[in-house]
Amino acid sequence: MDLSNKNTESTRSRRRYVVSKRLDRIFLELGDVYAFIARFFKELWFPPYELKEIINQCYEIGVRSLPLISLTGFIIGIVFTNQSRPSLADFGAAALLPALISVAIIRAIGPLVTALIAAGRVASGIGAELGSMRVTEQIDAMEVSATNPYKFLVVSRVLASTLMIPALTMYTTLVSLLGGYLNIRQNEQTSLTTFFYQVFEAITFLDLAASSVKSVIFGFTIGMVGCYKGYNSSKGTEGVGKAANSSVVTAMFLIFIEELLIMQVINALRSF
Amino acid sequence: MKEINPRIDRSRKVIEIRGLKKAFDDFEVLKGVDLDLYQGENLVVLGRSGTGKSVLIKIISGLLKPDEGYVNVLGEEVDRLTPKELDALRLKIGFSFQNSALYDSMTVKENLEFPLIRHAKDLTQKDRDRIISVVLEAVGLSQAMNQMPSELSGGQRKRIGIARTLILKPEIMLYDEPTAGLDPITSIEINRLINEVQRRFNTSSIIITHDLTCAKAVGDRVVMLLDGQFQRQGTFDEVFDTNDERVKAFYNYNFID
Repeated sequence: MDLSNKNTESTRSRRRYVVSKRLDRIFLELGDVYAFIARFFKELWFPPYELKEIINQCYEIGVRSLPLISLTGFIIGIVFTNQSRPSLADFGAAALLPALISVAIIRAIGPLVTALIAAGRVASGIGAELGSMRVTEQIDAMEVSATNPYKFLVVSRVLASTLMIPALTMYTTLVSLLGGYLNIRQNEQTSLTTFFYQVFEAITFLDLAASSVKSVIFGFTIGMVGCYKGYNSSKGTEGVGKAANSSVVTAMFLIFIEELLIMQVINALRSF
Repeated sequence: MKEINPRIDRSRKVIEIRGLKKAFDDFEVLKGVDLDLYQGENLVVLGRSGTGKSVLIKIISGLLKPDEGYVNVLGEEVDRLTPKELDALRLKIGFSFQNSALYDSMTVKENLEFPLIRHAKDLTQKDRDRIISVVLEAVGLSQAMNQMPSELSGGQRKRIGIARTLILKPEIMLYDEPTAGLDPITSIEINRLINEVQRRFNTSSIIITHDLTCAKAVGDRVVMLLDGQFQRQGTFDEVFDTNDERVKAFYNYNFID
């Protein structure tokens, strides 16, 4: 039997089941998730603001992700351009390559690739870190010393992730376009000015706005999933591993669902 | 054996618990516990693993909610406090965790500074450094200031954990298995430290343990938790002067171990 104080606020004796043990657990879990997210929006506005921790986390999430993001974004730009060329060339439309990669990268690939990489690096990192803090009673230690662990650990990380993922997305987009440009330059001898002229001509304000909104939502999801899984992990080293693993899986799953839903909304807006 | 403690004030209860019950799913851990802790007293709660000793102090510090019963700490009924009131009460309670619960990502100094920055905002950096030096000196680890928790031994981590709880000058100390996992010599040092803390900071303490050497060395009074209730209480010798087979078995197995 696990006597851990998982989510101390909601530790109760739940001996009678409304429907069945499994169904009750699902609904209770959904209730806990809702309460966890609602608490973020409640605590966000009130001091202490833990600015130092937010800056630390922005550094961890943003700056430390740069090498991986740079390499991945650059390679994706090159590969995507290279793979798209033959199809366009078949229709005699190789000149539209900059426009195609611009639309693809800004609308979908940039935000999605950044979010998936961040889900792997950031969500798992947060899940493992908070899970380990839960297991070793560091979160309880904060609570008994009258420090709000949710504010210090969760609000700071979710906020940092929500701020940094859009910044990383912009960076990935630029690096991917650069990769694409280098590939085009090598094959079509297009100048940088012409390339970027065609890039910006192909996209609209709605594309940029949608990409930004999407990356904010992805950032919030990544931070929130990592924090929820870690903060509520069960006792033992197995719990830490599970928290890290399930942070990545859940974050990736939610990112794809969100991508699908946002795409529908944007298409609906575009048709107006 | 511990000497008679002249600092105990039996007219002032700092903790009063009546009819405390707590269950996890179908397992009833505490089945109506009554307990008093007096000002200046070191009270040892003895019992086997899984009998609810740690649950008891987690309820006292508000980490867990009781199912039934009355828990009064320093005149405040813990279960009825608002989060703000609970935080104010927690500043008067020091909780030393079984595994020390030091913040891994911070140095010893940052661990000790963490509560000060949040709860003693009027202090300057110089004041904070002075207080940190005083508590580190009190636990005999002045040289560990800039070390990371991972660089410390188990005994040193325990000491730093105690130092971190002392930094806000608590009135009550709660020790969860203070000697668990330590070698006999380090355990004796921790027992001495618990008595020293009581003398120097005039705290009242509850020490949760299954280590009889620790109970004998630090306890002014000992209570024994068996089957979810306190079955025996008194001085160490009084508790074990019984024909109750369960108590005798606990005593014998402890020393055989």
